Amino acid sequence: MEYNSFNTQSSFIQKVKNFDYILLTCILMLGIISAFSMYSTDGGEILFHSKSHISKFLIFFPTMIFLSFLNIKFWHYTAYFFYIIILIFLIWASLYGVKASGSQRWINLYFINLQPSELMKIAIIACLAKYYHRVQLDKVNSFQTILIALVVLILPIMLVISQPDLGTSILIALSGLVIIWLAGLNVKYFLYSFLTLLTLLPFFISFLKPYQKLRILTFLDPDKDPLGAGYQIIQSKIAVGSGGLMGKGFLKGTQSYLEFLPEKHTDFIFTLFAEEHGFVGALLLLLIYIIIIYRVIRIGSISRSYFAKLFCYGYGSAIFFYVTVNMSMVLGLLPIVGSPLPIMSYGGSSMLSTMIGFAIVMSAKINHKQLIA
Amino acid sequence: MLGEDLNVKKTHTINRRMFIIAAAKFFVFSGIIVKLFSLQIKENKKYLTLSDKNRLREWKLPPVRGEFLDYFGNVIAGNLKVYQLHIIPEQVEDFRYLMVRLKEILKLSNSAYNKIIKQKQTQKPWETLIVSENLTWDEFTKVNYFLHDLTGAKPVLSVSRDYPFKENYTHVLGYVSEASENDILNNKSIKKNHVPGLKVGKTGLEKRFEGDLIGTNSIQRYEVNAYGKRINQIDHKDGLKGKTIRLTLDTEVQKLCNELLKDLAGSISVMDIYTGEIIAMHSSPSFDPNLFLFGIGQDDWQLIRNNPLKPLVNKTLSGLYSPGSTIKPIVALSALENNIISKDFKVNCTGKIEMYGQTYHCWKKKGHGYVNLKSAMKQSCDTYFYEIARRLGVDRLKLTSLKFGLGKKVLSKTFDNEKKGLVPDTKWKKNNLGKGWVIGETLITGIGQGYIQTTPLQLCLMTAQIGNGGFKIYPKIIANNEDNNTAEKIKSLMQKNLKKATEKNSSLMEAGGQLLELISEKRHEPLFQNPENIKLVTEAMFASTNEVRGTSYSSRIEDKKYQFAGKTGTSQVKRISERDRELDLKTIEIPYNERDHALYIAFGPYKSPRYALSIVIEHGGSGSTTAAPIAKKLFKLIIDRHKLREEIKNQESLKI
Repeated sequence: MEYNSFNTQSSFIQKVKNFDYILLTCILMLGIISAFSMYSTDGGEILFHSKSHISKFLIFFPTMIFLSFLNIKFWHYTAYFFYIIILIFLIWASLYGVKASGSQRWINLYFINLQPSELMKIAIIACLAKYYHRVQLDKVNSFQTILIALVVLILPIMLVISQPDLGTSILIALSGLVIIWLAGLNVKYFLYSFLTLLTLLPFFISFLKPYQKLRILTFLDPDKDPLGAGYQIIQSKIAVGSGGLMGKGFLKGTQSYLEFLPEKHTDFIFTLFAEEHGFVGALLLLLIYIIIIYRVIRIGSISRSYFAKLFCYGYGSAIFFYVTVNMSMVLGLLPIVGSPLPIMSYGGSSMLSTMIGFAIVMSAKINHKQLIA
Repeated sequence: MLGEDLNVKKTHTINRRMFIIAAAKFFVFSGIIVKLFSLQIKENKKYLTLSDKNRLREWKLPPVRGEFLDYFGNVIAGNLKVYQLHIIPEQVEDFRYLMVRLKEILKLSNSAYNKIIKQKQTQKPWETLIVSENLTWDEFTKVNYFLHDLTGAKPVLSVSRDYPFKENYTHVLGYVSEASENDILNNKSIKKNHVPGLKVGKTGLEKRFEGDLIGTNSIQRYEVNAYGKRINQIDHKDGLKGKTIRLTLDTEVQKLCNELLKDLAGSISVMDIYTGEIIAMHSSPSFDPNLFLFGIGQDDWQLIRNNPLKPLVNKTLSGLYSPGSTIKPIVALSALENNIISKDFKVNCTGKIEMYGQTYHCWKKKGHGYVNLKSAMKQSCDTYFYEIARRLGVDRLKLTSLKFGLGKKVLSKTFDNEKKGLVPDTKWKKNNLGKGWVIGETLITGIGQGYIQTTPLQLCLMTAQIGNGGFKIYPKIIANNEDNNTAEKIKSLMQKNLKKATEKNSSLMEAGGQLLELISEKRHEPLFQNPENIKLVTEAMFASTNEVRGTSYSSRIEDKKYQFAGKTGTSQVKRISERDRELDLKTIEIPYNERDHALYIAFGPYKSPRYALSIVIEHGGSGSTTAAPIAKKLFKLIIDRHKLREEIKNQESLKI
């Protein structure tokens, strides 16, 4: 207890000293790399996308540092509230949301168009982390505990699927499931539900929208319709493949600047990067993400509170999902589902959500000895 | 205590399960790295090619067509600079507006306008659309003046075919016009070099030598974006100009032929009797091939197509005529060669003979009286030739005719419209008409009527091979480098061959070695058994032109430099009935289509022969009044040009 109180009253300087500088450096590097990549998608000029992206990073990065000074207890305290607010936002979006390109994902907050599903990616982790923080190990497999966790998880998923936004809902589901798994849910439940899912798959597929079915078919055989549905993935593979070992050079990605690459500033930003900087560049970028994930999980491992531990483990895994789903998608290993690459992809809500996540992790680092009752 | 224990266990569970996830992460990351490796390192070449295929696009520019030169190096089919108006549809913002403006400015007709709109729909948006292939200078300046209002329109300087001698070479060269789908399908080099608006040879030598003439495209490579817009030029490769082809023809002679045949339907061929070079080859009436370059107008086309004198037919090669009396030198030669007659053999011509119940008339009603070979040829006595043909038989006549070039194509594969003609024999009739040969048919074949059909060029070759002393020659129209033996060389070769032939006759049993040599030098071999026979025939032809009462005596030239020997011919196109014979109408009084064809063959100068010619005037009346006078005018020019021709032969610069 002495230890504890000493820690909470630690000075500002102490907190600054306790920052994870490796993590901070990696995030900053990603920010710089993303700025250059965005500059390249604009064809070597500072136009709308690069301007907007850079200014967002310049706002959200300091915000993240500022939020890091909040005690982990604050995040624990507000976790449910955070989740409920975002849930309300999601309902709001489904009722009064801004429509764009066939889906209703955004709410108009006058100064920004917010995509609550992106924030839900963090809120679900925080909420479930708080939930399991309290639950005793022997109660984890009780029916009541499982039911509440599932309701908390399924509510936002349904809302996001109905937008429709398959990619984000999958990422939310994966993030939530990771926490449930870490909390100690019996392996057999995972096994059973996996088998049930497998048998129900045809049933689910019949519920998919035609364009989603098409995406799955396209994934299975992209050359079937090379100028239509298969176009994105074929052009993306050509771009990555033609990059070679060292890449075509900064601003020299022909697939990109000649407009063959679709959505190059959002989901396909990795394609552009791999085309211009080659295998070496792609590996370096991957390495930065791996270091980030490693640092986040390491912070979890030194955290003393279950909330902080579960959140860091959960968030570390979530970043892993974001990165691998995005990369697998652009490399043709998974069907095309909308999923941004953290910090690299253009999009304010995604960056805000990522930065809040890092702020909580950083707070956990600073207060890693903090116990939460 | 229990709580502590549970807490430790909880931490353990969380950490253990995190470790399992971490292990899974390791595999997933490895998978991504492997995929990256396979795309970027292993299959890099494949994807690099695909990426280049995406971004690079080639534009082919029309190749520059090779030219045709006459023997003296004058361009007879060249390339002319023309002003054109091009549009690349994808670079035009408002295509309709642009077209409406252009229609106003160029005063395009509705049909031309619609044709362009239709053309646009059939081609890719980055391909050049040709609005006008041949703008006048006025139109060109007008377009340039309004250019600020015509975004996307491009006035360009291009080249187009040009035939400076207009109708003079039409049937030899043919003409070019826009390539049709069939042209592209049937000709590999057209397919390879095709661009919209490309002109290719449609007939004549233009068609025959398409592969040599066409050249290769200049290629511009551009980097384009996903929408096909040109971003920047990567490189430019100049194409090769097509091969220049030099012909053996002489433009001056060709022009005179055209003049002499003005308003007539007919043909003139002139040939070097040693080298086989064709000096002139003209079919009349002709037409201006320049009309076809940019699509011929309906009016012009109807005028050409409906002309009763048939300007579209190359009469020199595909016109088939009964040779009439011009066959007589061959009949006489065949009879001499087969020892049917001697030079003193005489026939009494009474104007007609009765044979096998039929009456066969001589052209001269009163008859020629007793005639020998020379006087019969000179006066073209039909009765004499009925008699010797009867004795000779058609089968033996055919052998001689074939030897001298009748019944087969003269220029073999050079012209696809050349006809073979027909020299009949008993077998031919049996096989083709299913009937036996009648002796009367032999008689009329002996005066070049009946089944026998020849092209004017065949008659020219026949005359040339008589004129050079009876040796085989190889006619040609392309003046190429290989096989350019001079006349002197050929002459000496002919003499050598003759000597060998006579030696072979005298000592038939001589060693095989010499025989082999004979086979290997099977060029310009003699076409006769006895040179004396050729001499008799040529003397008779000389008499026909240069002695009193000869059929072409009035067309003679007395100056030894130009003096020529010839034979007239008048070929019936219709059986002459008894009534016609009684009426004895003048040519002018007979309907055009029933008038006789007038023919004339000749070689000269008689002292040392060098050139042969054949003249056919369709429905021209008699050979002596219509055809022979043309030869007189022509020979002067041919002989006068001879010296120039010899000089040019040695000029290196023209050896292409």
